[in-house]
Amino acid sequence: MSKAFPLRLHLAVTLAWFLVALYMIFLYAPRELTMGEVQRIFYIHVSSAWTALLGYFLVFLGSVAYLWKRSRAADDFAYACAEVGFVYCSCVLVTGPLWAKPVWGIWWTWDARLTSTFVLWLLYIAYLMLRAYVTNPGRTEVLAAVVSIIGAVDAVVDYMAIRWWRTQHPQPVIGGGEGSGLDPRMWYTILVTWGALLCLFVYLVRVRIGLAELRREARQLRRELAA
Amino acid sequence: MSIIWAIFVKDLRVEWRNREAVASMCVFGLLVVFLFNFAFETGREETLRMLPGLLWIAFAFAGILGFNRSFAAERDNSCLEGMTLAPIDPSAIFVGKLLANLLFLGGAEVVVVFAASLWYNFSFVPALGWFALIVLLGTLGYAALGTIFGAVAANTRMREVMLPVLQFPVAFWVLILSIDATSDALRGMGRKANTAGAARVAGLSLIFAVVSFLLFEYVLEE
Amino acid sequence: MLPDQVRAEWTLEAREVSKFFGDLVALRRVSMRVTPGDSVLLYGPNGAGKTTLLRTLAALARPNEGEVLFAGESLARNRSASKAHVGFVSHATFLYGELTARENLRFFGTLFGLGGLERKTDRALDLFSLRGRDREPVRTLSRGLQQRVTLARAFLHEPDFLLLDEPFTGLDASATTNLEDVLRRLPEEGRAVVFSTHSFEQGAAIAQRLVALENGQVRYDGPLSLAPLESLGINAVSGKHSLIKE
Repeated sequence: MSKAFPLRLHLAVTLAWFLVALYMIFLYAPRELTMGEVQRIFYIHVSSAWTALLGYFLVFLGSVAYLWKRSRAADDFAYACAEVGFVYCSCVLVTGPLWAKPVWGIWWTWDARLTSTFVLWLLYIAYLMLRAYVTNPGRTEVLAAVVSIIGAVDAVVDYMAIRWWRTQHPQPVIGGGEGSGLDPRMWYTILVTWGALLCLFVYLVRVRIGLAELRREARQLRRELAA
Repeated sequence: MSIIWAIFVKDLRVEWRNREAVASMCVFGLLVVFLFNFAFETGREETLRMLPGLLWIAFAFAGILGFNRSFAAERDNSCLEGMTLAPIDPSAIFVGKLLANLLFLGGAEVVVVFAASLWYNFSFVPALGWFALIVLLGTLGYAALGTIFGAVAANTRMREVMLPVLQFPVAFWVLILSIDATSDALRGMGRKANTAGAARVAGLSLIFAVVSFLLFEYVLEE
Repeated sequence: MLPDQVRAEWTLEAREVSKFFGDLVALRRVSMRVTPGDSVLLYGPNGAGKTTLLRTLAALARPNEGEVLFAGESLARNRSASKAHVGFVSHATFLYGELTARENLRFFGTLFGLGGLERKTDRALDLFSLRGRDREPVRTLSRGLQQRVTLARAFLHEPDFLLLDEPFTGLDASATTNLEDVLRRLPEEGRAVVFSTHSFEQGAAIAQRLVALENGQVRYDGPLSLAPLESLGINAVSGKHSLIKE
């Protein structure tokens, strides 16, 4: 990531992107025939889902890099992606019911995407809880890395298994499946929205890593003072 | 190899001296079966629908108890660390403890199945071969995860809670596929369906067993 | 027992080792080298880093900076290189409470791949006068007895390097004298001993070399007889160097 790209500029770009996305969501994208205005939440819902999944994959990459190179930057990256990804994942679980209730009359269903996201959400929680509760500060990074790697294997298994399971036990699918007969304008909207969310993701991860580095510097100073 | 055996026997011996874990695992499993049996009046068709899920829930919770115990005994005098003083492969510790966990959980499972067949008037005998195979394969994957997560959780502040938090999201599919395959087996769905079900469980358990095996040494290091 | 020439090449060395636990710096660029025949007293106030240094040398803890070498080979590459040759005693006993002393020793012996295990177990038990109590579950033994069992455990595989973190804790008078004798004898047999103890007087009566730690740093590393005790802040009970062996 370009260290040179200043955070303030990044934030500005993110906000601008969001404005564009919001415009597209509300004014550019066509009104969905059956679901009405509520459907517009779909853009946030699906983009968040993709980002949450990407986030966990990044945690996995960071963890592997950490175990291999023992680089603190890799661990910072993994932790940051976990925290931000968790927020996105929660967002999916919130927007899902908000969309489902007015449209289909049910708050929740164990359809493919929601179930996978829920398991992913639990995996995020497991990782974050572990990082918070390890007693020996020297061990946290390695243990968290191990957990996230196993979690990543599980996420892959989960995304494949749920599709198999749903062929055995069909259930109502929210959103009528991804991309089923979407108007091209909807596609553009979703891509732009996803872009905005990714931009925000990267921004938040950068801020979070910056925070970790500051904390480490403070620790270093404290150590030197004590010496 | 003899080191794995030594660790396995050591775990058995330690457990044998006070038999706490196996007893509590059996009792817990029985309680689950009993509660379900008592709460829901069931005819045969409902029994067939409920039983697989019920059994695996009982196994899952008994397993958690067992995995916690497995590492509680090591924690008392930092025994887990003590083992790493010897020039052994950390994976040997994993396999040794996994085998012990399998044995204890397997024992509890036998007790639970026995009680279930009694209370539900359900005979497992016609499907015994497939049923036993599927339970074995599913327990293998579940115990592999329980062994590594038990070791991880032993390093945390809220260890009894931490283990299920780690275990269930990951073991979720092992349990679901096992329940599914068990259901097919008990219904007598025939060789083709049973082979497919057992293969799925086997594949998944194998994946998690291998991943846990490879990562275990990182859990031990400081 | 290996030929002296080979064993002389075996050194256990910490090179510029630093170890942190979050905010806490336990060791700060510590270098220390142990060769067979050394008899080292590791001394310093609480929190000086003695335990961490011993654990790092025993390959139980991984240094954040620097490295530990055994016979010239870095433990970072091969963590088990030193383990067969190192015996370690700590606050934690590493013993299974449900098993007897004999069973514990037998288990460790198997892990170390020892031949003639029964004989070696007997020898280790005898070394610390445990023969009579070796068939009771360890958790029923007093703290002092447990300490003796863990000492027997550390000596079982006849290691060339003995790293002992406050080994005298909990020992009664006769056991203490016994251990002191054992520690004095080992360097004469060509082994190395590094131990820490609260009583400087006691340590000085056994060891030849002093490594003084304070705040994670080595303040002095050399012959006990030449140590500038005053400036190190060490208050030997009698205050006289005559206690120190020549």
